[in-house]
Amino acid sequence: MSPKTLYDKIWDAHVAHEADDGTCLLYIDRHLVHEVTSPQAFEGLRMANRPVRAPDKTIAVPDHNVPTTLDRANAATMTEDSRVQVEALDKNAKDFGIHYYPVSDVRQGIVHIVGPEQGWTLPGMTVVCGDSHTATHGAFGALAHGIGTSEVEHVLATQTLIQKKSKNMKVEITGKLRPGVTAKDITLSVIGETGTAGGTGYVIEYCGEAIRDLSMEGRMTVCNMAIEGGARAGLIAPDEKTFEYVKGRPHAPKGAQFEAALAWWKTLYSDDDAQWDKVITIKGEDIAPVVTWGTSPEDVLPITATVPSADDFEGGKVGAAQRSLDYMGLTPGTPLSEIEIDTVFIGSCTNGRIEDLRAAAEILKGKKVAVKRAMVVPGSGLVRAQAEEEGLADIFKEAGFEWRLAGCSMCLAMNPDQLSEGERCASTSNRNFEGRQGYKGRTHLVSPGMAAAAAITGKLTDVRDLM
Amino acid sequence: MDKFETLTGIAAPMPLVNIDTDMIIPKQFLKTIKRSGLGANLFDEMRFDRSGNEIPDFVLNQDAYRSAEILVAGDNFGCGSSREHAPWAIKDFGIRCVISTSFADIFYNNCFKNGILPIALPADAVEVLMKDAEKGANARMTVDLENQTVTTSDGESFSFEVDAFKKHCLMEGLDDIGLTMEKVSSIDTYEAQAAQARPWV
Repeated sequence: MSPKTLYDKIWDAHVAHEADDGTCLLYIDRHLVHEVTSPQAFEGLRMANRPVRAPDKTIAVPDHNVPTTLDRANAATMTEDSRVQVEALDKNAKDFGIHYYPVSDVRQGIVHIVGPEQGWTLPGMTVVCGDSHTATHGAFGALAHGIGTSEVEHVLATQTLIQKKSKNMKVEITGKLRPGVTAKDITLSVIGETGTAGGTGYVIEYCGEAIRDLSMEGRMTVCNMAIEGGARAGLIAPDEKTFEYVKGRPHAPKGAQFEAALAWWKTLYSDDDAQWDKVITIKGEDIAPVVTWGTSPEDVLPITATVPSADDFEGGKVGAAQRSLDYMGLTPGTPLSEIEIDTVFIGSCTNGRIEDLRAAAEILKGKKVAVKRAMVVPGSGLVRAQAEEEGLADIFKEAGFEWRLAGCSMCLAMNPDQLSEGERCASTSNRNFEGRQGYKGRTHLVSPGMAAAAAITGKLTDVRDLM
Repeated sequence: MDKFETLTGIAAPMPLVNIDTDMIIPKQFLKTIKRSGLGANLFDEMRFDRSGNEIPDFVLNQDAYRSAEILVAGDNFGCGSSREHAPWAIKDFGIRCVISTSFADIFYNNCFKNGILPIALPADAVEVLMKDAEKGANARMTVDLENQTVTTSDGESFSFEVDAFKKHCLMEGLDDIGLTMEKVSSIDTYEAQAAQARPWV
């Protein structure tokens, strides 16, 4: 048998039909659904009188729109249009008989945090969701990617997607990370290296010692941002850490089924002599704590650097860099560590898991925030509960952070958690696009530790100075 | 879905690279439960100021480009979110074709589901088309999907690649779900076999 990559193996196990031109129907094992990209898809099903083909493989949770304030049980905390979307999901979940975690359920949270937490996401699966950060689930060795609403409807109706195979890219992070350097710094540094279109047409497999050393939480952070590098999906081969994480979760297989699953999961790795269309290697020890300075996730620099000038770039990026500098209100040559921050946001599907909260709390312990506002939005109700149990919530609150309920929140600011015009935020989220966190809001993407450091000093700060 | 065969129309130039889905349709407009009506907010934060007044410099606010049907854009158009609201807004505005050197994967797929043709061409070709688009309303480009060509107002022609299946669906205005339903026996067979092989799924 010819050698295969991990992607090849998962792909081959899910082809339900292949046409002569290579167009495939790829069978989907898990379909995650949220309130923003699904109403039109359910409406389409109703109009065509179609059922959901596999309701037992379809899981819905509202996350994008929901308020994160403690009074959110009061419907008045939501705007009319947000409420209509959430109510539509309530109704669609009920009418079509799919698994559902409503806002009132402690298990509610960001769809990409709930999926793994509940054991819906397992190695070797195909996972889709009408959300680009579905790439997160690749951390389990699942082929996971975002789809549009037409494709959401297609999966609801047929449990398949019409797909052509992508190319294989290997991103190897060798050696050990230095202290203060995290999964977020890895994934941002990779995008800094490849650019936001560097992964277009590829599925990335992340490998190497530094990736193996990461926890499952860290691996999810890395895969989460594969889409920011343009890749269809990011993957990490499952190993003992993966199996240990999965075991015992509510929807993971049990007993003999677990053993049978484990036997297959252990075959899910890229063969030694597998063929790669593109290979990128980065030394773990070369990665520093990084921040973004511009309005594209590729605008990445070590915290020790200075704000670049448009002249440092070439081609179309010259204009884009100038536009970014103007938008961000930055002067070339300014040390990044002198940029003053108004707001700190810790949360999102990138960095809203328990380990992220631990990393931030570690830096914040016994300190006070020096920014105008600081908020922590746990990725799920269960992350929130665990953080309270571990005493992390108290550390955040004593430092001056708002301790919120779960949701996407200020990552995309569809709910009331938004930046105001010109407000500058150190954010653990995934996108620094213009207007992403609020009209004319300014976003610097950082790791949770770096966000905590910025909260304490009021400036972008090298977390290593506070360790 | 609307068929796409040929299109002759005004092309608007947007040379900015990395035009992302948040620029195409900001999140406050994603709260709709319909597909229609988003054209009014296409590129909203680039097109209007906070009071809702047009920003005169923005290309689609210039008289020459108000009825543009083609967009010529910088590299990596449509990066970011999977929101299909982006192609819905583009289509609703009246744009049926976007030309760039490259597109983000999900956006590219979403276009075909909505009767929009995204065309990826080499940088030198996009540069020629960008210059042609900059001539304004009198310079009409022609896109011919059947023959896979884009022709400038001066008659200079460029061939583009498009997946044969996607082309077929776009030219015929075919509904993907209907097509897949024709293969439902393959899905049934696969599902039964997979349930044996991996019962835990």
